[in-house]
Amino acid sequence: MKTTQILIAGFGGQGILFAGKFLAYKGLLEDLQVSWLPSYGPEMRGGTANCNVILSDDPVGSPIITDPDVLIAMNLPSLQKYVDAVVPGGQIYVDSTLISEKVERGDVQVYYIPATQMANDAGVPTLANMVMMGHVLKNNPELTFEGTEATVSKLVPPKKAQLVELNMKALQAGRDYQG
Amino acid sequence: MAERVLMKGNEAIAEAAIRAGCRHYFGYPITPQTEVAAYMAKRLPKIEGGVFLQAESEIASINMVYGAAAAGFRVMTSSSSPGISLKSEGLSYIAGSDIPAFVVNIQRGGPGLGGIQPSQSDYFQATKGGGHGDYRMIVLAPASVQEMASLTVKGFNLADKYLMTAMILADGTIGQMMEPITFEDVQVEIYDKPWALSGTKMQRKHNIVNSLYLKSDELEQKNFERYERYKIVEENEVLYEAYRMEDAEICVVAFGIASRVAKNAVAAARKEGVKVGLIRPITLWPFPSKALRQAADQVKSFVCVELNMGQMIEDVRLAAECTRPVSLCNRAGGMIPSPGQVLESIRKAQKGEM
Repeated sequence: MKTTQILIAGFGGQGILFAGKFLAYKGLLEDLQVSWLPSYGPEMRGGTANCNVILSDDPVGSPIITDPDVLIAMNLPSLQKYVDAVVPGGQIYVDSTLISEKVERGDVQVYYIPATQMANDAGVPTLANMVMMGHVLKNNPELTFEGTEATVSKLVPPKKAQLVELNMKALQAGRDYQG
Repeated sequence: MAERVLMKGNEAIAEAAIRAGCRHYFGYPITPQTEVAAYMAKRLPKIEGGVFLQAESEIASINMVYGAAAAGFRVMTSSSSPGISLKSEGLSYIAGSDIPAFVVNIQRGGPGLGGIQPSQSDYFQATKGGGHGDYRMIVLAPASVQEMASLTVKGFNLADKYLMTAMILADGTIGQMMEPITFEDVQVEIYDKPWALSGTKMQRKHNIVNSLYLKSDELEQKNFERYERYKIVEENEVLYEAYRMEDAEICVVAFGIASRVAKNAVAAARKEGVKVGLIRPITLWPFPSKALRQAADQVKSFVCVELNMGQMIEDVRLAAECTRPVSLCNRAGGMIPSPGQVLESIRKAQKGEM
């Protein structure tokens, strides 16, 4: 039995909720039990947004994450807010383009990914979120990269099919990043 | 197996309502239930006979529900706490007219305008009245997105069966979260509505739907008849889930999102060797009093977990008939207790500290 609690946090407009949906759908297509819970406060673009995703072999209990196994921080306030909540042995993913601070914990695995810069370089400047997701998949064997395109296709409306390719580009960049 | 799709709880209610035969939606937007209305706005106009109407106010929308229900249609409205207060007058009229309606309350913190974060502080309002006069509503408390759908279908069925309002009492968390869901077991029950204002076609006497009875003895009789019907609901329609109660010495009682948190805490306490179980009322009215009374013979004490200042705890105490202590583990105003907080309450109960 395995349960992975994933907390994604950043600015509104960074695609935090979309990234969470991606992970939830990925889990769904791999026959896991999943829950996805967004923050729904009066956040606007530029405010804070976060998203709780739980992937589990068993039915999900509480959808609210207090001690994440995985933290994906897309801005400094989010890292500062949640860094101590991550369980020992957990993973922290940091967008190092936007966050210059280092994590001062020795009991977690930290990945620094210049995701915003990489997304710009790849010509998909709005998809730093998916660069991060690509790197998350790489380090979590229960979420193989296989079937990623099918997952993205579920998330993108049929009329905007060209977005599948762009998302894949970002995901692949994140997967191939050697930190 | 039917395909599992990810849906928000609010969307699941809307889709399930359409599948249950609801073709009329009247509402007024309010966070955190707006997705119900948004989904209906998208879907209903494309369905034959479908009517979506954003009314000028909550009061207008509940009275539109009253009208469409009187005409025999499956109809619904949805809102969140302050909006339900505004609709309460209409709910009383609908109860006084003995017609079916379906209402959704995705609760937020109160009182007053309060906040927009999840809450369960409308338990009293939903189960004890809200509007004026002696009346009841069937109150259904889903704890998952799947139940948002299944209890919606059940709500429409029960409303038609017993000629009363069925209410989904959920909260912002269950409304906003996404979980996998299937719609394979939608069972729509159809009931004749000979009382409906559907046109006489010159072949029958006029029907009258009304809640005004100026002769006291007649009004008393109406109340007596209504409560006879309520008694049947209490006998037949109680729903609850018992989790790890077989050998439990402590019984946690929680509904909706609080029950999900409580389940985590029960699992953690079991790992510590504490014999604890959970009773989750699915119908808040009719309340599973018998199940709790029976549990009282088995357990040392109860722990009631709620997102309010302690409302359901009164019904737990009544059900236990003062035979066992009942403690409260709560947060309010949009806050949610952590599994750790619930676990601490369970430990205290185990030690006999209340």
